[in-house]
Amino acid sequence: MPDIRPVLLAGARILDPSRDLDIEGDILIADGIIKDVAPGLAQTGLPDGTERVDCRDRLVIPGLVDMRAFIGEPGAEHRETLASASQAAAAGGVTTIICQPDTDPMIDEPAIVDFVQRRARDTAIVRIHPMAALTKRLEGREMTEIGLLQAAGAVAFTDGARSVRSAQVLRRALTYSRMFDALIVHHTEDADLTGEGVMNEGELAARLGLAGSPKAAEAIVLERDVRLAAMTGGRYHAASLTCVESLEVLRRARDAGLNVTASASINHLTLNERDVVSYRTFFKLAPPLRAEEDRLALAAALDEGLIDVVVSDHNPQDVEVKRLPFSEAGFGAIGLETMLAAGLRLVNGGTVGLMALIRSMSTRPAELLGLGAGTLRPGSPADIAVIAPDEAWILDAASLKSRCRNTPFDESRFEGRVVRTLVSGRTVYEYV
Amino acid sequence: MTSNPTASFTLARRHLLGIEGLDPGEIVGLLDLAEEFVTLNRQVEKKRATLRGRTQINLFFEASTRTQSSFELAGKRLGADVMNMAVANSSLKKGETLIDTAATLNAMRPDVLIVRHSASGAVELLARKVDCAVVNAGDGAHEHPTQALLDALTIRRNKGRIEGLTVAICGDITHSRVARSNILLLQALGATVRVVAPLTLLPRDIDRFGVEVHTDMRSGLADVDIVMMLRLQRERMNGSFVPSVKEYFHFWGLDEAKLRYARPDALVMHPGPMNRGVEIDSAVADGAQSLIREQVEMGVAVRMAVLDALSRNLPNA
Repeated sequence: MPDIRPVLLAGARILDPSRDLDIEGDILIADGIIKDVAPGLAQTGLPDGTERVDCRDRLVIPGLVDMRAFIGEPGAEHRETLASASQAAAAGGVTTIICQPDTDPMIDEPAIVDFVQRRARDTAIVRIHPMAALTKRLEGREMTEIGLLQAAGAVAFTDGARSVRSAQVLRRALTYSRMFDALIVHHTEDADLTGEGVMNEGELAARLGLAGSPKAAEAIVLERDVRLAAMTGGRYHAASLTCVESLEVLRRARDAGLNVTASASINHLTLNERDVVSYRTFFKLAPPLRAEEDRLALAAALDEGLIDVVVSDHNPQDVEVKRLPFSEAGFGAIGLETMLAAGLRLVNGGTVGLMALIRSMSTRPAELLGLGAGTLRPGSPADIAVIAPDEAWILDAASLKSRCRNTPFDESRFEGRVVRTLVSGRTVYEYV
Repeated sequence: MTSNPTASFTLARRHLLGIEGLDPGEIVGLLDLAEEFVTLNRQVEKKRATLRGRTQINLFFEASTRTQSSFELAGKRLGADVMNMAVANSSLKKGETLIDTAATLNAMRPDVLIVRHSASGAVELLARKVDCAVVNAGDGAHEHPTQALLDALTIRRNKGRIEGLTVAICGDITHSRVARSNILLLQALGATVRVVAPLTLLPRDIDRFGVEVHTDMRSGLADVDIVMMLRLQRERMNGSFVPSVKEYFHFWGLDEAKLRYARPDALVMHPGPMNRGVEIDSAVADGAQSLIREQVEMGVAVRMAVLDALSRNLPNA
């Protein structure tokens, strides 16, 4: 990109989980590429016209890669478009969004993958890659054209918020996907056990008079999936784990050396079922928020790397869907814009290391998806987030860039905010 | 009625139930005998009297046009009285068991039964209950010995040998009796066998068969002498085992581009009936490297050889 000037991010704390790097230094960016990362670059000969960005007291990290965001385009543009999602992402330091296939039409054939990529290229300010459906029409019966979809640009395969009920179908998909080294991302939930459940099953649900969804609904499916992964050798990723029981299953799979990885959503890492009291529908999520002990276990698992990836689970729902009695309201919360700030709570609270957090939000998802992102290594695309780590602020939902405002963090206090986001060396967001 | 046999070869067994258990000498003996029938079949006078007075019943529990007519022609050219049992309309529909059917047929005193059944092992079960010779014309996903013999004959006539050749069997290995019989036969005669298929169409532990396993046509066909394509059943095409016809053809369908991975003198085979545009492109099926029509001709000769060789063991032979 010859039309943009070289940029020097000067005097920053540079954190790059891809190299376990944590230094004070400068980053030189030109032609959309990270040219150099070192202390004292400002004193060397810089290219003519280099723009110097003062990054004292700033934290510079690889741009985030959000592996799980639901976007309404095509088909539900009133909820979110690729453009509006990308605006929200940029404001949250997210430089790559992986959108989910449950659009209308669904992303279950190569032409739709192509469409989403074109629309993203034309309208979005961050990178967007689609995950394609694992089964046709997300019905859980017949696998999609995994080879052709991958060739068209699908970065992984998932039935989104749906679980594949048939073990045979998942077995064949895991087997088939091996030939393409494709990643299968699976929502682990037994629909029969969840039933009408709208929140975590337990005392609180009993007191509120709401139908509960048991943790076993998640752990049972994960257990089955782990065995299928062992049997097939396929690359399996659990889309959103929430509870101690699942972490036990995951740990056994890891200890056995299986190719099993997992995500947790930022909501389950920072909120718990108590937030649901007063029937606040913005906290109605699928899977549901769990107990505080589950949240703490998830955070510990994230810190040690058992949980590989943190996702926003961004799911825009308009007011009509949320302003309903709790049991009738829609599931989901937006999160692209707040995932990093919310994640920093865990760091500030001392439960998760900064390197582990950033790794789970950038380097690790990029590795799993085979993207050249999530790193500040020279030669990489300059996808970068600049953070003011000490800045305290309070979220005003009205200021969010998403088309929907269903955030569980309205009026929440955060410490640390994104002040600049670059994609391919171009500043796509700046906090002023 | 005819020319005298110039060679004679006897199978020292009552039935031909599979390639498994045949020794290389028996296989070569059958192929050599079949060569004679190729010559005979190209004459105006195609008849022999080997099976005169004998009764051959074709018992096809699974529909088949080409195999059934091939056996029918083979029996008739050897002088047998051939009867086709249309099992689809028979008492089997009325609930009779396979063993009851066998007993009923046995009472009619046939000399040879040609049996095809959709269940693996059904032909062997039936063979145990009858007094006549039984030829397996295909049982489930188990064996189809005459197909493997006719394929071997076709290869040997075109390449002059089988030993030392590399043969790639491509497609639905899991559900294919043709693949199993061919693997056994080709290996018995010293060929190197590869299987090439999506992982979902390869049975577990197929590598224990001593075959090279490939999922990519590029590596699977590299430097092979023979490319043997298998039919993909329609019910397996749409998402259960492979995602779609389009994806299957793209990655595993034999077209001219993929055939170029094989040796320049490689030959193409297919047991039929073909799904053009699914496992094989028309340009290849009808191209200069195709042996597909020759396979059909060899089928009749090989079945005559099998009937001839078995008939020498029949009572009063």
